[in-house]
Amino acid sequence: FALYFFLPPPAKYGGRHTVTLIPGDGIGPELLNHVREVFRFSCVPVDFEVVHVNSALETEEDINNAITAIRRNGVALKGNIETKHTMPPSVKSRNNLLRTSLDLYANVMHCQSLPGVQTRHQNIDIMIIRENTEGEYSSLEHENVPGVVESLKIITRNNSLRIAEYAFRLAREKGRRRVTAVHKANIMKLGDGLFLQCCREVASGYPDITFDSMIVDNTTMQLVSKPQQFDVMVMPNLYGNVVSNVCAGLVGGPGLVPGANYGRDYAVFETATRNTGKSIADKNIANPTAMLLAGCMMLDHLKLHDHASSIRNAIFTTMNENRLHTADIGGQGTTSEVVQSVMRIIQSKGQLTAEF
Amino acid sequence: MYLGAWMQTVTLIPGDGIGPEISVAVMKIFEAAKAPIQWEERNVTAIKGPGGKWMIPPDAKESMDKNKIGLKGPLKTPIAAGHPSMNLLLRKTFDLYANVRPCVSIEGYKTPYTDVNLVTIRENTEGEYSGIEHVIVDGVVQSIKLITEQASQRIAEYAFEYARNNQRASVTAVHKANIMRMSDGLFLRKCREAAEKHRDVKFTEMYLDTVCLNMVQDPTQFDVLVMPNLYGDILSDLCAGLIGGLGVTPSGNIGANGVAIFESVHGTAPDIAGKDMANPTALLLSAVMMLRHMGLHGHAKKIEAACFDTIRDEKVRTQDLGGNSKCSEFTDAICQRVRDMD
Repeated sequence: FALYFFLPPPAKYGGRHTVTLIPGDGIGPELLNHVREVFRFSCVPVDFEVVHVNSALETEEDINNAITAIRRNGVALKGNIETKHTMPPSVKSRNNLLRTSLDLYANVMHCQSLPGVQTRHQNIDIMIIRENTEGEYSSLEHENVPGVVESLKIITRNNSLRIAEYAFRLAREKGRRRVTAVHKANIMKLGDGLFLQCCREVASGYPDITFDSMIVDNTTMQLVSKPQQFDVMVMPNLYGNVVSNVCAGLVGGPGLVPGANYGRDYAVFETATRNTGKSIADKNIANPTAMLLAGCMMLDHLKLHDHASSIRNAIFTTMNENRLHTADIGGQGTTSEVVQSVMRIIQSKGQLTAEF
Repeated sequence: MYLGAWMQTVTLIPGDGIGPEISVAVMKIFEAAKAPIQWEERNVTAIKGPGGKWMIPPDAKESMDKNKIGLKGPLKTPIAAGHPSMNLLLRKTFDLYANVRPCVSIEGYKTPYTDVNLVTIRENTEGEYSGIEHVIVDGVVQSIKLITEQASQRIAEYAFEYARNNQRASVTAVHKANIMRMSDGLFLRKCREAAEKHRDVKFTEMYLDTVCLNMVQDPTQFDVLVMPNLYGDILSDLCAGLIGGLGVTPSGNIGANGVAIFESVHGTAPDIAGKDMANPTALLLSAVMMLRHMGLHGHAKKIEAACFDTIRDEKVRTQDLGGNSKCSEFTDAICQRVRDMD
C-alpha cells in the first residue's frame, strides 16, 4: 500500500519510450497529430503506438486491444471515444471501460487562471481529484419491472480510502494547505456518508493539512461566486464530473485544461473535460493547448522534465505573451498557427530540433 | 377587476427562523399592491399520526387541499428528531413532482454574470434521492437511483407546458445517458416523446458536463432546462449562484391535483432571526411566481418591478445585498413604490 504512489517509470528501450496513442473521435485525431508533430520537432524520445477504437462497433475487441497495448506500454495519450447512445445499453462507454479495466482510480485536474485569457474570475488555482472507477459510473443498471429502471451507485471503503490517500499525498507533495471533500451525505447518508468518513480518517493522518467538507450544490454556488476559496478538492465520480467541468469553464474553457488518470500501474493522459468536439472537428479551429499540455504531463510522468518544461513554456508564451488565441478563448488564430508558434519558440530557445 | 371582491385564499407557512418576519414583509407588500389574496396561516411541524407514521398536521393538509396554492418560508431540518425533513414530508404528502426555479439576473445586484434568464425544472420525487441505500457487505454501499417511465413522462410534459405557457422558446434535457444508458436513456426517451407533442417548442439534449461547462462561460445560451433529481439539485443551485445566491432566488413546487407550493429556498438564518435584518426578496419573488401561476399577471408585474427598482436604486438595501437597511425599511420602500404605481 505504501509503495503504490510511486509509479515505476515505464519501460525504456534504447533510451526511447513507447506510449500508446488512441486517437478517438471528433477533434482527438487532429490534436494528437499536432502533439506528435511538436514532439517530433523537439526530438522527444517517445515513439507512439497508435491503436484505433471504432466507436460504431458493438464488439469490445477494439477497446480490448487498446487496453492490452496500454498494459504493455504503461502509459497512454488519448482522445475521447464517442459513446453513441442510439446503440443498445449493453454497449458501454469505451472510455469508462478503459478506466475501470486499468483501474485508473484517480482523475487529476489542475485548474489555473492564465494571465493571457479573459475570464470573469481571476486567481483561480484549484486541484481536483476525482474518484474515477466507481460511484455512479458503475454501469450497473437493470429494469426489474417494465418502466422502472434502477441504476446502482457503488461506494466502497477501499476505493474511498484510496482516493482520499491520493488526494492528501498529492496535496502534501505540492505544498497545498487545504483539502475539501465534496459530497451529498445529507441525502445519500450511507453512500456519501462512507466516502466522507474515509476522507476524515485519512485526514487525521495529515495534521499539517486542513480538511473540510462541502455539500455539492453549495460547492457549485461557491465556485461561481468565489472560486478563489478552494485549494484541493476530492470527490466521488459524478460530482467530480460536475465540479471539474465548472472549474474548466471558469478558467477559460475545455480547450485549456489537461487531465490525467492515474492507477497503480498505468497512467493515461487526455484533455480534462473529455470532449469529442464533433462540431469543430477537422476545421482547424480547435484549441490544441489542452492536448499539448496533457502531452507535457505525460512527459513529466516519464521523467523527461526538460522536454516537458520547454514545450510548456512555449505554450504559455504563445498564450500569454504573444496572445495568439483560438476562437474558443476569443481569438482568431487557427490550430496550426498556434502549433507553429509553439514550435518556433522551442527552436528559438536553442535546443536540438528537427527540421521545420 | 382587481378591486373586486373575488379574493383567493392561499395557505401561508411562515416557517422558522427569519420565516415569520419575511412572511410579514410579503403580506405587507401584497396589501399595498391591493392583491386579491387572503392568507391562511398554518404550521407544519411534524406530528405522529395513527399507526406511528410521521405526517403534517391535518389542519395544514386540509388547508392546502382546499386552497391548492401555498407560500412557504424556510423550515429548519432538525437533526435526530426522529422524523424526516419537513420538506421531504411536504413533497410526499402533496406529490410535489416538479421543482421550478426561474433564474433571472437582478439589475442592480451585480454578479460576474449578467443577462441570465433561464428556468431549471427538476424532477423532485425519484432519481438519486429515492433514499434507497444498502450495505452489501462491510465497506461496500449501494445507493439506488430510480427512474420510472411515469415520473419522467410527467416532468417532461410539465416542462413543455411551462415553456408554452410562459413564452419560452426552447427546452433542453440534461442527462448523462452515455454513462447511465438505461436510466437516463429512459428519461431522455420520455423527453423526446413529449417534444414530439409540442412541436412549437424547440427541443435539445445536452450532457450534464457540457451544460456545466457552458453555463459558467455563457449562461445566455440556455432557456428551459429539464432534468432528473440530482442534476436538478446541482444545476438549480449553480444557476442561483449565477444571479446572486439563494437569498434572491424564487422557487416553486408543482404537485398533483393542481397543488402548487412556492417557497424561498434559503435557510432559516437563526443568527439574524428577530433582528429585522432579513432579506425578503427570495420569498417575495416566489410569491410573484405564485401570482403568475394564478394568472394575476398585473399584480405580479407591479410587485416585481417595485422590488427590482428598490434594489437597483441602492438607497435601501438589506445587509446581504450590500446595504445597511433594516428589513422593515426595505419592505416599506417597496410598499411605497407599489402605491406610487397606482
